[in-house]
Amino acid sequence: MRKCSLDSINSVFAEISKAASLYLPVDGTDGAATYTKWEEGLTWSNALNTVKSPKDFFFPQTEDLMEFKTSGKNIEVIDTRSEMEDFVVFGVRACDVKSFEVLDRVFIKEPVDSYYASKRQHGTIVAVACGRPAETCFCQTFGINPAEPAGDVSIWKTETEVFFRANTEKGEALMSKLSGLTEECGEETVNAQKEKIAAIMNKLPLKDLTTDGFGGGKTKELFDAPEWDELSQACLGCGTCTFVCPTCQCYDIKDFNTGNGVIRYRCWDSCMYSEFTKMAHGNNRLTQKERFRQRFMHKLVYYPENNDGLFSCVGCGRCLSKCPISMNIVKVMKKIGGKASE
Amino acid sequence: MNNMEDTLIPKIGVITDVRIDTPDIKTFRVVTPDGKKAFDHRPGQCAMLSVPGVGEAMFSITSSPTNEEYMEFSIKKCGCVTEWLHQAEVGQQITIRGPYGNPFPVDDVFAGKNLLFIAGGVGLAPLRSVINYCRHYRDRYGEIDIVYGSRSKDDLLDYKEIIEEWSNDAGVKVHLTIDNPQEGWDGHVGFVPNYVKELGFDTNKTAVLCGPPIMIKFTLEGLCAMGFDKTQIYTTLELRMKCGVGKCGRCNVGAKYVCKDGPVFRCDELDELPDEY
Repeated sequence: MRKCSLDSINSVFAEISKAASLYLPVDGTDGAATYTKWEEGLTWSNALNTVKSPKDFFFPQTEDLMEFKTSGKNIEVIDTRSEMEDFVVFGVRACDVKSFEVLDRVFIKEPVDSYYASKRQHGTIVAVACGRPAETCFCQTFGINPAEPAGDVSIWKTETEVFFRANTEKGEALMSKLSGLTEECGEETVNAQKEKIAAIMNKLPLKDLTTDGFGGGKTKELFDAPEWDELSQACLGCGTCTFVCPTCQCYDIKDFNTGNGVIRYRCWDSCMYSEFTKMAHGNNRLTQKERFRQRFMHKLVYYPENNDGLFSCVGCGRCLSKCPISMNIVKVMKKIGGKASE
Repeated sequence: MNNMEDTLIPKIGVITDVRIDTPDIKTFRVVTPDGKKAFDHRPGQCAMLSVPGVGEAMFSITSSPTNEEYMEFSIKKCGCVTEWLHQAEVGQQITIRGPYGNPFPVDDVFAGKNLLFIAGGVGLAPLRSVINYCRHYRDRYGEIDIVYGSRSKDDLLDYKEIIEEWSNDAGVKVHLTIDNPQEGWDGHVGFVPNYVKELGFDTNKTAVLCGPPIMIKFTLEGLCAMGFDKTQIYTTLELRMKCGVGKCGRCNVGAKYVCKDGPVFRCDELDELPDEY
C-alpha cells in the first residue's frame, strides 16, 4: 500500500495526465458532480455520487459504428474507428465498478462487442472507497462492500491523505508511474476507515433490503403478480431511470444521413419507451405496465438467470433520487419480493 | 484498428434477382459482389439486411442451405426497409450480416420422422428453407405433409414452386387453402387451423408452424386436441431486433432472446416463457 497527502493529489493527476487522459468527478456550477477530463486548476469532487454513471466511458450515450458511402447502386462500408488511446477513470465508487462486471457479461460474451471491449482494454479504473454511503445506497444488498472497491487500483481518501493499492497489472503499471509522488505505508489508517464505513452501513435505512424472492427461475412466480399494476400506475415512461442506471445496457442502432454518406451509430435506448418493441406487425409490450415490468424483471430475474445469479443492479441509488414520481427498484423489491417470500 | 471485425459491421450484398410472388411479397436473391453466398446457414436461421440511411431489419433466410449459389429472402412490404427493398432493382447493393439464431433440429430430432409443415401467409418464408432442405435429403425423413394457406390464390407465396416441384415429389403431400372462395380456385377454402382439423393428421409426426400469431394459437390448440404433444411441435418467433446477438436488449421473452435463443422454439419451451410475444 502507498499513500500521498491530499494536498499533493493534483501532482498525481498531472503525472497520470502525461500518459493518458484522466477523468474524475468534478463539481459543476449546479453543485452536481460530473466526470470531467482533468486539467490544471480542476478539483476532485467531494460529492458522493455522479449524476450520470461512468458507463459512458465504455458504452457511450451515442457512438458511431461505421459509415456508408453510396454511389448509384453501390455501397461501401467503412470502419471509421481510429486507434483507441489509453485513459484513466479516477474516483469510481464500488457500486459503479461492479456495474462494469454486469456490462462485461453482456458485451464481452461471444460474439464480443469490439467497440466496448477496446474501451475496456484501454481504460484503467481507479476505484475509491465510499467514505460516506448515502441514505439512498443499498449496494450491500448485492454483496458489494463500499469500503473494498474493486478496479485496477483501489484508493481510500481521508481528510488529509490518499491511500493506493494496485489490484491488477494495469493498476501496477499506473502505480509505478506514481512511485515518486507516493510513499510506502502501513494499512492502519485504511483499516480504521473500513471499520468506520462498516458502522455507517449498519445504520443505513436500506440495510435490510434483500434479494430474497428474486433471481433466475422466478419468472412464472413473479410475472403475473398483481402488484405490477399499482407499481407501474404512475410511471411516466420518461426513461430517466434507464439513463442514470449504470447497468442498463439496451441500445438502438440508427442511421444518420450526413448528405455526404450515412453514419450508422448506436445510442442508449430504453425499455420504458413504447417504440422499443414496436414493429411492423405489432407491439408485444403495449402498456406502460408491461414495459415497467420488463425493466425490473430483467434486472432481478432474467439477467441473473443468464448470468450465474448476478443481479443487474448495484444499489447505486441514482434511480431513487432521479425518478420524477419517486418510483424505484427498492419499492419494487419490497412490494414484490416481500410478497413472494410471505 | 480500421477494418476490425465486429458482428455489427455488415458485408455487402447484391440483389441479383427480384421475383414478384404476391401483391405485397417479393423474393430477393442475394450474393456478395464476387458472386458468392455471403455465409453458410442452417434452416430456420435469419440474417440482418439493411439499406444504409433507411434502416436494418431481421429476415428469415427462405432458401435452403443446400443451395450453394445464393440466398433468398421473401419479404412482405410493411415498413420502411421493406418498402425501400420492394422498389429496388437488380444490381442494387444492400448490406447483410448473419447468420443469427438457432435453426430447426433438421439433422437430429427431425431425422427419420414424418414431418407436418403448417404455414400461413408470409409464414411460409422461414419454412421453405426447412422444406427444401428435407426435400434435398429426402431419404432421411418420412412422409412430408405441407398445409399452407393465404388470403387468396394471389397471396400464396412460392406458388409455382409448390405446384411444379413440391407437389410432384414422392411422399410429399401439399394441402393448400385460401380464406375466401375465388374464381379459378377449385381447391380448399377456409382458414388454416380449421383445415388442419379437417385433414385430421396422425400424431406420429413432428409439426412445424409459422404464420400470424392468431393462426399459430388456433392451430396449436387444434393439434393438441388431436393428441399431439407440445414437444412434437416447433415454431419460429419474430420480435423487433437491432443487434441480432442478444445484446441490444429488445427481443427478449422472459430470459430468452429470440435473436439468439430462438427464433426456433419447441412449443413446450414456449410454455415456460411469459406470454409476451
